[in-house]
Order: sequence, then C-alpha cells, then structure tokens
Amino acid sequence: MSANLKIRLRGLRKSFGEKVVLDGVDLDVAARHSMVLLGGSGSGKSVTIKCILGLIPPDDGVVEIDGRDVTRLSRRDRAELLDRTGMLFQNGALFDSLPVWENVCFKLLAQNRITRRAARDRAAEVLAQVGLAASVGDLSPSELSGGMQKRVALARAIASKPDIIFFDEPTTGLDPIMGAVIDGLIVDCVEKLGATAFSITHDMASARRIGDHAAMIHKGRIIWAGHAEALGHTGNAMVDQFANGEREGPIQMELRR
Amino acid sequence: MTAPIDIVAGLGRAVMGASAHVGALVIFAANALAQLFRPPYGPRQFLRHFVEIAYFSLPVVALTALFTGMVLALQTYTGFARFNAESAVASVVVLSITRELGPVLTGLIVAGRVGAAMAAEIGTMRVTDQIDALRTLSTEPMKYLVAPRLLAGTLALPLLVVVANTLGVMGGFLVATLSLGFAGPAYLSGSWDVLEAMDVISGLIKAGVFGFLITLMGCWYGYQSQGGAQGVGKATTKAVVAASILILAFDYVLTQAFFSR
Ligand SMILES: Nc1ncnc2c1ncn2[C@@H]1O[C@H](COP(=O)(O)OP(=O)(O)OP(=O)(O)O)[C@@H](O)[C@H]1O
Ligand SMILES: [Mg+2]
Repeated sequence: MSANLKIRLRGLRKSFGEKVVLDGVDLDVAARHSMVLLGGSGSGKSVTIKCILGLIPPDDGVVEIDGRDVTRLSRRDRAELLDRTGMLFQNGALFDSLPVWENVCFKLLAQNRITRRAARDRAAEVLAQVGLAASVGDLSPSELSGGMQKRVALARAIASKPDIIFFDEPTTGLDPIMGAVIDGLIVDCVEKLGATAFSITHDMASARRIGDHAAMIHKGRIIWAGHAEALGHTGNAMVDQFANGEREGPIQMELRR
Repeated sequence: MTAPIDIVAGLGRAVMGASAHVGALVIFAANALAQLFRPPYGPRQFLRHFVEIAYFSLPVVALTALFTGMVLALQTYTGFARFNAESAVASVVVLSITRELGPVLTGLIVAGRVGAAMAAEIGTMRVTDQIDALRTLSTEPMKYLVAPRLLAGTLALPLLVVVANTLGVMGGFLVATLSLGFAGPAYLSGSWDVLEAMDVISGLIKAGVFGFLITLMGCWYGYQSQGGAQGVGKATTKAVVAASILILAFDYVLTQAFFSR
C-alpha cells in the first residue's frame, strides 16, 4: 500500500493564534485515486489543502508527497513539485488583470511549454471541457458569473495536465447538470490522465461520483476514512449524520452543549 | 514597583518590533532584487508597469511642475524685489526645481497615484488567494509581481523628473517674460549659466531612489495585507504615508550627501 501512496499526512497541526484548526490530521491518499474530504464549514478542509501545498506552513506534523517530506524540500524541489500540481481555489482566485484564456493557460505559458498563439487554442479546448464557449476566452474574469468563474478556475487547474490535482469545492455554485459534467471531468482526470485527485465537497452525490475514497474531518482530526460508496451507511454516527444531512445526531448534540 | 523595568521592557519590545519590521522589509527588497537577475525574464510585466507609471502620470506631473515653476518665479520676484535682487529669479527657479522640487513633488504625486494603486492591487490579490494561486501555477510571486514593479518605478521616476524639470523651468520663464518684464534670452542664459550638471544628476538620482521607495512600499504593504477589503484599504493608506515620509527623509539624506562639502 505505502508503495503507491501519493500523499501521506501524519500529525498535521495548525493553529491561528488561539484557534486550533488542525489538531493532528492523519490521512493517506493512494496514487491514481480520488480522495474526497468532507467536513463541516470551518472545519479546516481548505487549510489542510494549503498545508499540503506549502501555501500555509504547518505548525507541526509530516506532509509527504511521493514519499518525500515536503516541509523540508529545497526551494527548487518545491517549485518542481508545484510544477506538476494543480489547484482549484475555493473562491477561484482568477487573475482579474488577465483575460480568461491567459488565466487558463497561465501555467503552460509560465513554463514556456506553449506559445501565446497556441495558448489561445489550448484555452478554447479546455474551456470546452468545462462547458464554456471559446468566446469566453476573450472576456475578463470580472465579466463572468460566479459559476462561470468557478469553471474557468477549474480549467486553469487542469490545463497543464497535472499529476496531483486539488479541487476545493469544484461544484459549489453550479447547476446540477453542470455539476455532474464537472464531476465527470474530475473522474476523467484520474482515470484517463492517471492523476491523483484530492477534492473537498459538501455535495454527497458528487462525493460518491468523484471519490474512490472519502474521509471526514471534525474538530481538527480525521474521524473516519473509507470507501466513498459507504457514505451514508458507514456505521460512524457522525459521518452518517453528515452524509445524510440529518438534523439530529451526535454533531448537533455537540453544538448544543 | 516594577514600573521602570516595564518601561524599559516596553521600549525594548518596541525597538525589537521595529527592527524586525525593517529587517523583514530589507529581506523582502533583497529577495525581489535577486529575482530580477534570475531567468526567465518577463519584459511584459515590466512594460505594463513602466507605461502605467511613466506615461499615465505625465499629465498630473506636468501640470504640477508647470504651476510650481510659475508660482516660484512670482514669489521669488516679489520677495527678492525688496533687496533689489530680481535678477536672481532665473537662477533660484532653475536650481530649486532641478535640485528639490522636481524630484520631491514628482515623488509625492506618484506615491499617491501609483503607490496606492499597487498596494490595492497586490493587497486584493493577497486576500483573494491570487498570490497563492501564482505559486501553484509555477510562478514566483516576488518575481512576477514585485520585481518588475520595483524596476519600473526606479526607471520611470527619473524620466518623469526630466519632464517636470523642463516644464517647471518653462513655467518660471513664462511668468518672468510675460508678466514680470524679463527679457527672454537674458532669463534663459541666467538659468543656464548657474546650472551645473550635478544639480540635474543629483535630482535624477533622487528620483530613482524615490521611485524604488514608492513601489517598494506599495508592494510591501500590499503583500502583507490581510482581512478583506478593509485590510486592503489600510494597506493602501500605509503605503502612501510610508512612501511620502521616506521620500522626505531620503531627500534630506541625499541632499546632505550630494551638496554638503
Ligand atoms: N489565514 C487565516 N487566518 C486566520 N484564521 C484562518 C485563516 N484561514 C483559515 N482560518 C480559520 O481556520 C478555520 C478553517 O478554515 P477553512 O477555510 O479550512 O475551513 P473549511 O473547512 O474550508 O470551511 P468551508 O467549508 O466553509 O470552506 C476557520 O475557522 C477559519 O476561521
Ligand atoms: Mg474551504
């Protein structure tokens, strides 16, 4: 198992001032598989991803990618790692000083893997994959609707065909059909391109569609990890309550206290 | 009982805090400068900011310089008339403009215009995760955002000051010849004769330093900003205030270095 582990977290801790967000997160993500991370709002899912990518320095713990501790990488090795990583930020984080096509092909252009002329065509191709017309490429991100921005951000994350892709709420704000299309795209990234996907979602249907594995974070720790199909009947009362969206259950009990 | 100790401790903390701040700023600047020499070179970003600073600041800088030259001629004339020293108007105008007013006024205007815009733009990028996004897109933010701005500011300001000097002297010339009764050729030769290369060069060097400081403050406070729109607003204010104070302080230091012998 450990031979094909892509991401391995052990004892990951992060606090902001007094507030403990991650309190010893342990998690394994298998290579060429898709992991879905669940958890309540504000439970530290986005922070977990940012710690894995090194965008936020963790206070303590081990983050291994391909068996190497990324918190100890040299500047060059870290850059090399980020070169083959894709990330969809929760709020999109599109560059509003650049047109959409340049956003989509930003990484390919930065790595000189493509000419500016070819980038327009490549952008149109990737935009089509997320259900956007080529003409969208010439618009500025601020001219797009929220759902369109999300899809452009998604296109940007996958345009360079990365080896590891993080999706922070890829389908939030999309209509159900488009959500299913995006889920399919994520599955394709894993099955056809052989990427490893790490997604955050609140949508259980989507979690079951895109996830091979799933895990749930609660109070700074992973309280359950298993197969995504099991969601809703895992036997863990908290996970089942969360997955089925029930009002009564152990999580609510804790809120009341 | 422990009050004196507390005061000393508080003072110590303040000094330590301030020096840590300055230290971090110096590292920030050094890091950005180092990025300038590291390939790949991206002239695209540099050009965008150079045009933004040099070209789009021209109207307001030109207008300010022109009126400053005009007012200066008028003030010098009325002041110096008391000592029958009206003939000094030309030399006072040209020296004040090239040595001091050209660089300082240009610096202050650009600090308000460009320093604020940079802090706001980079600050917004910070609070909307765009700076983190750059890193996941194989781009070093210091190289992409900060280095080209610093270079553009350092090179654009001297250019603006050349324009400001020219228009400032012209403003003085216009007032002197049209309303104070000076003869044009005499005024011009009066300006030209007192002017030394060092007057102009020192002004241009000051301008380069100011340009560096303005963009550095804009980038630094933008980069540090946190906490949404309010944080960006604070960063913008801080960038302009810090740049203005630094311009005035460095102006004194540089003047001392150039002219006290
Ligand atoms: N830069 C920061 N400074 C201070 N606190 C932060 C910062 N980033 C995150 N937090 C805190 O960490 C906690 C977890 O945030 P995070 O963004 O990971 O939540 P999340 O699980 O992604 O929630 P959501 O589902 O709503 O996106 C929150 O309580 C938040 O207030
Ligand atoms: Mg989040």
